[in-house]
Amino acid sequence: MGDKTMKVGIISCSGEAIPGGTIARVACRKVLDDMRPTQCVTICLPLFIAGGEEERMFANTYPTITVDGCEKRCAALGTEKLSARPARTLIVNEIIRERGLRPVTKLRGLGAEEKDAARAVAEEIAAAVDEILAEE
Amino acid sequence: MKKNSRKVAVFACSGIGKPLGTVAREIGYELTERVRPDTTVLTCLALLVINDPETQQLITENPVIAIDGCSLDCAKKSLEANGAPLVKAYQSIDFFKKHKHLKPEGIAELNEAGQKLAALAAEELAGVVDDLLREGA
Repeated sequence: MGDKTMKVGIISCSGEAIPGGTIARVACRKVLDDMRPTQCVTICLPLFIAGGEEERMFANTYPTITVDGCEKRCAALGTEKLSARPARTLIVNEIIRERGLRPVTKLRGLGAEEKDAARAVAEEIAAAVDEILAEE
Repeated sequence: MKKNSRKVAVFACSGIGKPLGTVAREIGYELTERVRPDTTVLTCLALLVINDPETQQLITENPVIAIDGCSLDCAKKSLEANGAPLVKAYQSIDFFKKHKHLKPEGIAELNEAGQKLAALAAEELAGVVDDLLREGA
C-alpha cells in the first residue's frame, strides 16, 4: 500500500451496556468526522463475525487502533482473534483515570463528564493515528 | 438465571457508520430502560466477539431480541454463531419504513426524529418481549 492510500483503521467496542462503550463510539466518530477525516477508516466490530473474508482482512489491510470501553477489551481481543493484532490498543477507563477526569455514568444523553471524556479519548486516538502514520 | 427470573436479552447493532445503527442502539435503550425495564436486559454485542462466558450463558438460557441497523445483520448473525437458540431479529430500517416522516440523522448524536422513531419501535417491541416470556413460562 503506497503512502497516498495509507489510512489507519479505528475499531470501537461501542459497548451498548457500559458508559465507556458510548464514549468509545462517540470519540471514534469525532476522529473520523472532524479530527482526522482523511486519514481514518472504520469497521463495526461484530462485522468480523458476520462478514466475510474481506472484513476479516481489515486489520491486515490497515494498521488498527482499537478503542475499548472497559477492561474486557472486546475490541482489542476480537480484532486480534478474528483479523490481526492491532497497532495500538486504548481503553476509555484508563484514559479517564490517567487524565484525572470525572467518571462517566451515562449511556446516552451525554453530560459534561461524558463530553470531557469523549474529547480526551478522541485526542488520544488522533495522537495514535499521527504516530502510526509517522512510523509507516 | 433461574427460569422464573428469565428476562429477554436485548442486543443492538453496534454500528458506527450509519444513523440507522444509532437508531438500533437507541431502540435498545428505550426498550430496556423505559418500556420494559423489569423484564429485559441490554448486553454489549461486542462480548460475543470474545465468547464471554456470562454472555454465552445469558443467550442460551433466555430469549433474545436482536436489533440491527442494516441488512448485514451483525447482531443476529453474531448471536446465531454463538449458539443462541431463540432469537427474534429486527432491523431498524423496517421501523423507519413504517414511520417515514421520522427520518433519523446523526450517528454520534441522533436527531429528534430518530429518537422518536426509536421510542415508537421500542413500544412495538414491548409485545414481543411479553410474548417471549409468556411462551417460555
